[in-house]
Amino acid sequence: MTTQPVSTFYKMQNFLTGIRRVAKQGFVTFWRAGVVSFTGVFVSTVTLFIIGAVIIANAFLGATLTELEGKVDVNVYFVTTAAEEDIMILKGKLEALPEVAYVEYVNREDALARFIERNKGDADITLAIDEIGENPLGAVLNIKAHEPKQYLSIVSYLETQTENVLAAGNQSIVDEVNYADNQEIIDRLSALTTSARELGIFVSLIVIAMSALVTASTVRLAIYNSRQEISVMRLVGANNSYIRGPFVIEGVMYGFVAAILSAAILYPATLWVTKTTEGVFGGINVVQYYVANLGQILIILLLSGIVLGMFSSYLAVRRYLKA
Amino acid sequence: MLKFDKVSKIYADNSIALADVSFSVAGGEFISVVGHSGAGKTTLMKMILAEEHPSEGEVLFENVNIHKLRRDRIPEFRRRIGTVFQDFRLLPNKTAYENVAFAMEAAGKPDELIQTDVPEVLELVGLVDKMWNFPGQLSGGEQQRVAIARAIINQPDMLVADEPTGNLDPVNTFDVVQILKKINDLGTTVFLATHNKGVIDFLGKRVITMEKGKIIRDDPTGKYVL
Repeated sequence: MTTQPVSTFYKMQNFLTGIRRVAKQGFVTFWRAGVVSFTGVFVSTVTLFIIGAVIIANAFLGATLTELEGKVDVNVYFVTTAAEEDIMILKGKLEALPEVAYVEYVNREDALARFIERNKGDADITLAIDEIGENPLGAVLNIKAHEPKQYLSIVSYLETQTENVLAAGNQSIVDEVNYADNQEIIDRLSALTTSARELGIFVSLIVIAMSALVTASTVRLAIYNSRQEISVMRLVGANNSYIRGPFVIEGVMYGFVAAILSAAILYPATLWVTKTTEGVFGGINVVQYYVANLGQILIILLLSGIVLGMFSSYLAVRRYLKA
Repeated sequence: MLKFDKVSKIYADNSIALADVSFSVAGGEFISVVGHSGAGKTTLMKMILAEEHPSEGEVLFENVNIHKLRRDRIPEFRRRIGTVFQDFRLLPNKTAYENVAFAMEAAGKPDELIQTDVPEVLELVGLVDKMWNFPGQLSGGEQQRVAIARAIINQPDMLVADEPTGNLDPVNTFDVVQILKKINDLGTTVFLATHNKGVIDFLGKRVITMEKGKIIRDDPTGKYVL
């Protein structure tokens, strides 16, 4: 076995030629393998579709939960005689709390206007308001926390504060804090959203892992079909990386084509989901979300598809390359 | 060129495939190995290709012990030996041209050389007009001729043929043997394992006869005696 000295340039050229040949063979075999390639692409498409659906479902779940959480607030109702500057002082103190997302002040006139607006259809109430003549409603502070479980501390803070903020006649300016009514809902919701998010992640991971395994097994079967070819290539004197290369390229092709296909199928799927769930959820518009994040989703699908295909092929061929 | 030195092969189940086999092959020889199925012919072939390792003894190719080669040197070594099998073993998704070109590509030969050599070799085996057919579109004899073209494309020092005519009719058998002879005439050592009496008698070259893993005869211009 004689080894002649080879220049770096020659080695480099050889290397590039090798890469070009491997790539060409990979593409050509992908095209010619027909049914095998179709199966590989089909199974990968299903996997990537599931991954895409999981991403969208998680976004949808997250948005729905956030919106539900957003619906919860604590309202502080003031007595009609409460002075606006006292209320503003309390508002300022509340805003300084780290738990508080924002505080909305609704003055007496606005409160009345909103009340009338809400009960527009109800003739009795409209009539009653007219009857009273003066505005029966006090000002309101609507407080939103960052997270549902923070309301408890906000309310206890309110309790200590309102005792200090007294109107004339030593009477508290606060008429009512409606937290107690909401408390149960808030507690349940915060428990629900936490577990829903955890469950979402857990289920997603399992579903993704399962479908990835199915793809890997399919690729493995496809390469099992080629085991005789692999042994022939070895006998003809091809080295391991030269044999493996085209299979890895095929795996990349499965992933690439499947990513494009699954992205295409996701569009009508999101349309359908939006249409059938219309009016049921308060959540985001799934189609809009999909279209707005198409770039990101496509990149995730491409990357996972290509990595999955490459890796499955690599591992599957390795079995037949052991001497 | 090739030397088997007291080679034995005992498989894990204690079956003996080769027992103390010694012989040598000179460059340019045409040597045939005959014997019943299970006599050890295929094990012998596999050992030349470094597919099987001897339990005892050593196999030298140009004074290098094949089975002491580093694993990453084996592909390079195999390019120096062309192989032909009974079941052709072509790559089904490649055309005749591509099957032959594959051996050159794997050896890292430049494109220009591939483009000129492949048609030349296919010409030698009489298949230029079917260059772009896939194996499935070729007859058994044609497939075997493609396999031979692939085996010799890298100008190997030795051609190893394991019952190359086993699946062929008499006419194709004759064609294949003619081609092997032509290759031998051009200077390549040919190592042929066969069952076919007609082939041996036609060749009139050296014959090794094997039985139960042992060499029982080694005739310089042998006949098929079993």
